[in-house]
Amino acid sequence: MNRRRRRRLAAFKTVVYVVLGLFFLLPIAAMVEFATRGVGITSPRTLTAFTSIGSDPELVDAITASLELAVITSLGMLALLLPTMIWIRLRVPQMVRPVELVCLTPLTIPAIVLVVGFAPIYNWIEINVSDSILMLAFAYLILVLPYCYRALDAGLSAVDIRTLSEAARSLGASWATVMWRIVVPNMSSAVSNACLLCVAVVLGEFTVANLLNFENLQVAISILGTGNASVSIALAVVSLVFVFFFLLLLSFLGRALSRRHGGAARA
Amino acid sequence: MGALDTRPIGASWDGSRTAAEVRLEELRRVYGSTTALDGLDITIHAGELVALLGPSGCGKTTALRLVAGLEDADGGRVVIDGRDVTHLPTSRRDSGMVFQAYSLFPHMTARENVAFGLRMRKVGVAERRRRAGEMLELVGLSTQADRYAHQLSGGQQQRVALARALAIRPSVLLLDEPLSALDARVRSQLRDEIRRVQREVGITTLFVTHDQEEALAIADRVGVMRAGRLEQLGPPTSIYSQPATPFVAEFVGLTNRLAGVVTGGAVDVRGIRLPLIATDTPDGPAVALVRPEAVSLAPALDGSNGPLSGTVIAVSFLGAVSRLTIDLGDTTVLVQVPTAEAAAHPGGSRVRIALRLDPVLITREGARGRR
Repeated sequence: MNRRRRRRLAAFKTVVYVVLGLFFLLPIAAMVEFATRGVGITSPRTLTAFTSIGSDPELVDAITASLELAVITSLGMLALLLPTMIWIRLRVPQMVRPVELVCLTPLTIPAIVLVVGFAPIYNWIEINVSDSILMLAFAYLILVLPYCYRALDAGLSAVDIRTLSEAARSLGASWATVMWRIVVPNMSSAVSNACLLCVAVVLGEFTVANLLNFENLQVAISILGTGNASVSIALAVVSLVFVFFFLLLLSFLGRALSRRHGGAARA
Repeated sequence: MGALDTRPIGASWDGSRTAAEVRLEELRRVYGSTTALDGLDITIHAGELVALLGPSGCGKTTALRLVAGLEDADGGRVVIDGRDVTHLPTSRRDSGMVFQAYSLFPHMTARENVAFGLRMRKVGVAERRRRAGEMLELVGLSTQADRYAHQLSGGQQQRVALARALAIRPSVLLLDEPLSALDARVRSQLRDEIRRVQREVGITTLFVTHDQEEALAIADRVGVMRAGRLEQLGPPTSIYSQPATPFVAEFVGLTNRLAGVVTGGAVDVRGIRLPLIATDTPDGPAVALVRPEAVSLAPALDGSNGPLSGTVIAVSFLGAVSRLTIDLGDTTVLVQVPTAEAAAHPGGSRVRIALRLDPVLITREGARGRR
């Protein structure tokens, strides 16, 4: 009875994996198939679409910009959110709800609507500060807030930060030390999760960049698509694979860190 | 790096610091409309262990947190070793603290935990290691130095927390219900352990607990608190045998409430005249507070129905002693007798009680409304 049930469960699992796998992999396989097609119907498969990615300077610029934006946004997000969230929890707990509300708001506003608000501000920034694409980091900081807030929130509630910080302070630690030496190391996996989400959002962002006339990775892919479809698809494949491996790496890093500190071993 | 330190553990204390006196003066703390501390005055002598005891919400933890600097006083002063520290931040208070909740830093080993305070004080690596090792030895955990918190039992975690608090050689040790998360056996072991370490190190200590047995067993003096005020402060024996107020009598240990009448400095309870702790008590109806061990039993041979005879309605076995509940008709009395003697009075049997002529405390609360 029990064995039969277990076997049925295993079969169900396999079916789910196969269906989901096909759902995700088929389009990618189709993209690879399309991007490696030769010019004529009978001509052999070719990787020129992939190799030409690196030779287009405009494209390289867009890729670099997106990567830089991902890094800047991640760092900015951590610098902004971590101290704020820890501070609020320790010193002004009645502000936890309002801050959560503010952080989650961007989720409820469509990107197009956000851009309407951003546009005049970016106008001003372009004239008075810089017209560099890296200025997009400000907008992205707002876009990633809800995801990163959630990730960090989960990490914070898993640690008894009140007791730990009181213990550390009674031992002579300053507030900064409490944060960097005590709280952050104990939520390293939450921090890496937040970064992961941040990177994923920034690398996949199209609407805001496009509407504000910046050329990031996704915008570049779309522009290319109008002229050279196979290169644009090749780039899409590459960026998907890149993001996939990057996220894999981050999550492994996070897990390795928390295992070293014995956090995961308990479960 | 240097020569092997052959001094006994704890010896390094004597040279570096003599124990400090801690004074709480007129401490006040108000949360919105509730007053957590209402003018608390306690002087903890150098090297003494004072336990603050009281029901939850009596302000005992608030008092401790004010000494630690984890909360700000709304009035009064905290003076440690003659220095007013009322407005110093926690990190500069020089107090070692052990918390009720497990508070070891999960990402550090036991040794790193103990060394953390020294690192904050910019002590060199070698010295840090040496002193952390010394402290872990003091609490008997040298072999567990490289373990993480989750690899230690609850009792071990609290012992590491104690070592960590002591490693910085604080002038006062603050213990905030450090035993309440532990199970009974570990609790009493660790209680004795804390006392031993405290004596060995000779550190002034404030111990907060809601467990009266714990407070009476560990402290040099016990302060019983109620509603933000100190009801009585004294050695455990006097807290128990000469309670200053009915609240103390009823909070510490078990107490029978027996109706009686005060006349001429003594109280008549069921025909027995008991001396009073406070002999200048005015006459009138009162309730005498009598300890269960001050009541003794005899079989009711004649089956009489006098005011001192009743029926055993419950027997609880407590080991060497047993506690019997006697129904006297208009009230019930708890009696504590040696277990061997209790065997003679099974449930349902008729007994006579006798009261030992110890001085008792009376209360007027509920004196008239006899039930």
